[in-house]
Parts: sequence; structure tokens; C-alpha cells
Amino acid sequence: MLSIKNLHAVVEGKEILKGINLEIKPGEIHAIMGPNGSGKSTLANVLAGHEKYEVTEGEITFMGENLLDQAAEDRARNGLFLSFQYPIEIPGVSMVNFLKTAVNEHRKHKGLDPLTASQFLKLMEEKKKVVEISSQLTNRSVNEGFSGGEKKRNEIFQMAMLEPRLSILDETDSGLDIDALRVVANGVNALKRDDNATIVVTHYQRLLDYIIPDHVHVMYNGKIVKSAGKELAYELEEKGYDWIKKELGE
Amino acid sequence: MLETVNYTATEELTDLFYQNIEMYREGCPDFMNNPRGKAIGIFKRRGIPSRKNEDYKYTDLRPVFQNDFSVIPRYVEQNVDLHEVFNCDVPQLNTHLILLINGWYYGRNRKMGNFPEGVICSSLQHAANEHPELVEKYYNQLAGQSEDPMSNLNTALAKDGLFFYVPDNVTIEAPVQVINLMNAKDHTFAIQRNLFVAGKNSEVKIVFCDHTLNQQYYILNNLSECFVNDDARFGFFSVQNQHNGAVNNTHFYAKLGNHAKLDTNVITLNGGIVRNNLQVKLAGEHAHANVNGLILADEKQHVDNATSIDHMMPNCTSSQLYKNILDDQSSGAFSGKIHVFRDAQKTEAFQQNNNVLLTETAEMNTKPQLIIDADDVRCSHGATVGRIDEDALFYLRARGIGEKEARLMIMFAFAEEVLSQIGVPVLRERMEELVDRRLRGELGPCQNCSLSHKK
Repeated sequence: MLSIKNLHAVVEGKEILKGINLEIKPGEIHAIMGPNGSGKSTLANVLAGHEKYEVTEGEITFMGENLLDQAAEDRARNGLFLSFQYPIEIPGVSMVNFLKTAVNEHRKHKGLDPLTASQFLKLMEEKKKVVEISSQLTNRSVNEGFSGGEKKRNEIFQMAMLEPRLSILDETDSGLDIDALRVVANGVNALKRDDNATIVVTHYQRLLDYIIPDHVHVMYNGKIVKSAGKELAYELEEKGYDWIKKELGE
Repeated sequence: MLETVNYTATEELTDLFYQNIEMYREGCPDFMNNPRGKAIGIFKRRGIPSRKNEDYKYTDLRPVFQNDFSVIPRYVEQNVDLHEVFNCDVPQLNTHLILLINGWYYGRNRKMGNFPEGVICSSLQHAANEHPELVEKYYNQLAGQSEDPMSNLNTALAKDGLFFYVPDNVTIEAPVQVINLMNAKDHTFAIQRNLFVAGKNSEVKIVFCDHTLNQQYYILNNLSECFVNDDARFGFFSVQNQHNGAVNNTHFYAKLGNHAKLDTNVITLNGGIVRNNLQVKLAGEHAHANVNGLILADEKQHVDNATSIDHMMPNCTSSQLYKNILDDQSSGAFSGKIHVFRDAQKTEAFQQNNNVLLTETAEMNTKPQLIIDADDVRCSHGATVGRIDEDALFYLRARGIGEKEARLMIMFAFAEEVLSQIGVPVLRERMEELVDRRLRGELGPCQNCSLSHKK
């Protein structure tokens, strides 16, 4: 589904990604862990197509196509979804208008007719249940005045609406209390299918108690320095990132 | 029959007045004619504003008057029925529709629907002769205090415009739509003078639509005085959609009595050079003014809004929100003055000016000014000039919304804060539609010209 080969990326002249290799198949859940500044969020943003990041080397194939050729909106329409670490507040753009436009852009891309207003509202009601998001939130402007937890919940709600093939959850657990964490994780699990995949980017092992990964990768200094099964997450939790640094001889 | 005077130098406007003084006085009562001399004197002394004039720092009007143009000191019968040739972009308000042509009340205005008894809607000159005591009580009471040269030029040359009077305790539900058309064979300088009087506890909403019917070079100097008496509610909504060669210089003066309420909203969609002056005197206790503007400019358009709110009495509130979206090499200016008089305790006055520049070449100048002579007041002002939020743009695109559409959504959201202030739902919806079309580039400055000549 996703294949990353020798990916290098710079932001504002500074190289952040220094040769990432990663293969993700349908049905898999990958966790990418690592200390602050290791390049985890950069990787997530590069995949989503943020123009601030410049890819200087390497290639990415997504669903058999060159991802780097595609604008952010095309990547999204092809089934890539980024749950933002810091979701943006957009005053004046209503959640309903935003989601309706997004959903219909996806449908247009698939050659489907746009949803009517009533079809759309029905879909929204159905998907709201996945993350237990209230109408009070969906009747507002995008993320405006949402608490940290509500913003994250809203990200997963959007994921439910758009049904992506590959979801990248960038620090979705940060700022969540344990109840909100459970709701968000349950939402992600409920959306899991054999034909979609998830990348969970996280600093802590906590979220991985709820979303069980098939593979765990450790990023450090712009590279994936260790990959293993879910047990790696526990080991990291126990030994801390210094253990990795020591292994690397730093 | 049609007497026009061509001239080039700005100083010649004064000569024009003196040479044609009889023509300007003709048909007008003394209370319109008497102030002319003083007004032309002030105009002559201060001159057509240039950047040296602090109040016109960002709008130099001198080049505007360097072209040849005609003035029309007498009403000229149109050779077509304007109701037939003109389609406004703000139609179907289910409203009363009044046409003015080159500053003159249109002679063949169709009989208005059913205004409540006592309402007067007519040519200003006609009203001045028919209801002299009523018009004299208000005429030039506000503009006459102004030192603004362009405002004084209007008083010197004023002959006609709209008079609208609502008696005490009368409410007009549907908005009254006034179409100010420019349509001439030559380049034309037009003067329009309006007077609105809302009696005690009355209510009316006036919608001004400024349009050009062809591509002649137009200068419109349009002055309105508005008296909102005790407990009355007055709404003034102005849609400016003229072509890029047109110059629109408006003056809006309002005076509010006790518990009176004024809502104004100016929406500039197109125009070459637009300069709007707005002055509100809160002259009764518990009066409220809600003053808003939305400006969408592109190409080389220039739009300048200058507001001045005088809090003269205690317990009044005012709120101002002006927003500019500037594209290409367009430029905008906003200067907003709030003056709280010594006795105006418990004043609440807010002012906000937010601007988005879409290009490196667009320019915005903003100048808030607070003069506070009372001590128990709440006042605030703020101004921002920024670009489209790139993070918001990426967020929308990351959900599959194309860049162009995403930009439109963000711009529209920015504009919507002003539009949401329009308290008349049917009007707000029409404005939203117009703004959306304008942002999409579907509403060009020439749209009205092509629409108007249905052949």
C-alpha cells in the first residue's frame, strides 16, 4: 500500500529526514515511536503533502502511484488521511460545509454523485457515534473553541467520514485524558478493516495499549533505527529512549 | 437643452459654481441655496484633497478631476425606461425599488408598493418645495458642520437625490431598495444629496446599490444625512458595484437620539476609486451604532473607508467591524476615529479592522484613533493585516478540498463575519451570494453593463 524508500526531507534548509525506509501492507497497524525532534511529525507531514517540507531524495509509492507527484488534496482523495497533531481552528468555516465539501470531493474522485443534503446529514449522524462527538461540536466552525480532546476526537470523526485507506495518526494521544483516549482508540479500532492501514505516531506507549500495532518502529535523528513487533513498545516504555541512544553508541 | 460645462483644472470647479450659480439655485428653496456660498468657500480654501490632507492621506482625489467631464445641473429625461434596461444583482428582495440616475431622482419611477400612511419617498428637490418645514429642519444640519472639502462641494452643488421620511411609530418591514445608476454619454461628475428622517420609534431599512450602466468615466459625490430620532431603528446597507473607471465618493452623516439604533453595512464589490466617509453622532442616551464594512478589491482598485463615531452622551454603545480582502495590486485604507466626549460616561465603543492581502503587491493602510475625554468607559480597537492562513489552507487540502476551493472557503469565512451582522435574512443571503460570486471571479465590474442592455 505504502512504500517509502530512502526518504530525505528538509525544512527551512535543515535536513530532518535522513533516509527513511518503510513498507506498509493493507490491514496492518504500524507504530512509529521516538523522542522529540526525531522527525516523526515531519514524516507524517511529508506523507500528507505539506509544502513546507521539501523532499530532496528518495521515493514514496502509495496505492501503486508516485505519491510525491501529487498535491495534498489528491493524496487525500486517493485515500491518505493525516490526523493532525495540532488541528487548525478555521473560524467561519462550518463543520457541515467543510465535511460536505470534503466528502463530495472524495466522491467526485471516485466517479460518484455528490450526496444530497439529507444523505449527508444521515451519514454524519451515523459517523458521529463512532467517536461519540456531539452535535454541539459539529454545528460549530471547524475546531473553533474546541478543547484539545475535542479536536482530536474531531480528527477521528473526519477519518470516519472520509474512510481513508491509510490513516496517519500524528500524536493523537497527546493532550487526551484516559477517557478521551479510550474513545479515540475505540473509534480507530472500529474503523479498522482488512483493506486499510494505520500509522500511529506517538511519543508514549500509552495509546498502544488500546490500538495494538503489528509493527513498532523507532525513529531517531531522522532515521528508523529499530523495527520489531509490539513488544518493542513495552521495552521502550521500560527502558526509555536512552536505551536506543546507547545501542547506537551515543 | 442639456447644458454641460467641460473643464480640466480642479480649481475650475469653483468657477463652475460661480458661473452657473443661477442654475444651481434654480428650483431650490432658500435653505438649500443659502449654504452654497459658505460651502464653496470651504471647498475653495481646502481644495480637492491630496495626500497632504491628513484625512485623505491614502486617497489622492486630485488626479480624479484632471480628466474632462460634464456636470448635469438639471434633470435630464432618459430616453429609455430604466426599469426595463436595468437588472440589479440584488433583485427579488420583494421590496420597494427606487431608481436614481446620475444623482437625480428618476422621473419615471414606478409607483411604489404600499408604504404606510405618512411616509414620504421622493425627489429631494421636490420634497424641499412640497414639505419645506420638514426638510428645512434637517437639511445640512450635519454636513453643514463638516470641514471636509468634498462634502462641502456636495452642499454647494446639491440639487437632488432621495428624500425619505418615516413618521413617528411607523415601521416599514421590507427593505427599501435604492438603485443609484450612472448612465451618460460623456464622462460625468454627478452630485447626489439624500436626506433620511426616521421619526420617533419608527423603523426602516434602506439598501443602496451603486451601479454604472456603461463604461464612461464617472465621479459620483453622494452625500446622505440621516436622522434617527428617539427609539427609532435605521438600517443602511450599501452595495457598491461600479466599474474600474468609476470614482465613488460617499458621505454618510447620522445623528441618533435617545435609544435610537443605527446599523450600517457597506459592501464594496467593485469600483475604481472608492472613498466612503461615515460620521455618526450618538446624541441621545442609550443610542447604539453598529457600523460595518466589507471590501473586496482586485486589479488596481482602491477603497478607503474613513469612519468617525462621536459618543456625545452617556450610556451609548458603538461597534465597528471593517474587513478588506485585497488582491492583485489593489489597495485599501481604513481610518476609524472614536471620540468619547467628557460627559459620555458608561460608553462602550469597539472597533476592529482585519485585512487579508492575497498578493505581495496589494497594500493596506489602517489607522485607528481613539480620543477619550470621559473616565468611565470601555473602548477597544484592533487592526490586523495578514495573509491567508497557510496552515488552515493545508488543513482543508489535506481533507481532499482543492486549493482553489479551500482558498475560497477561507476568504468567504473571513467575509462572513461582516455579512452575519446583516440583520435582515433575505438581504444577508443575497449579500452572501454576491460575495461568493465576487470571490469566485464570477461577478466582474462590467457584469451590470452586460446585464443592463437586454436586447
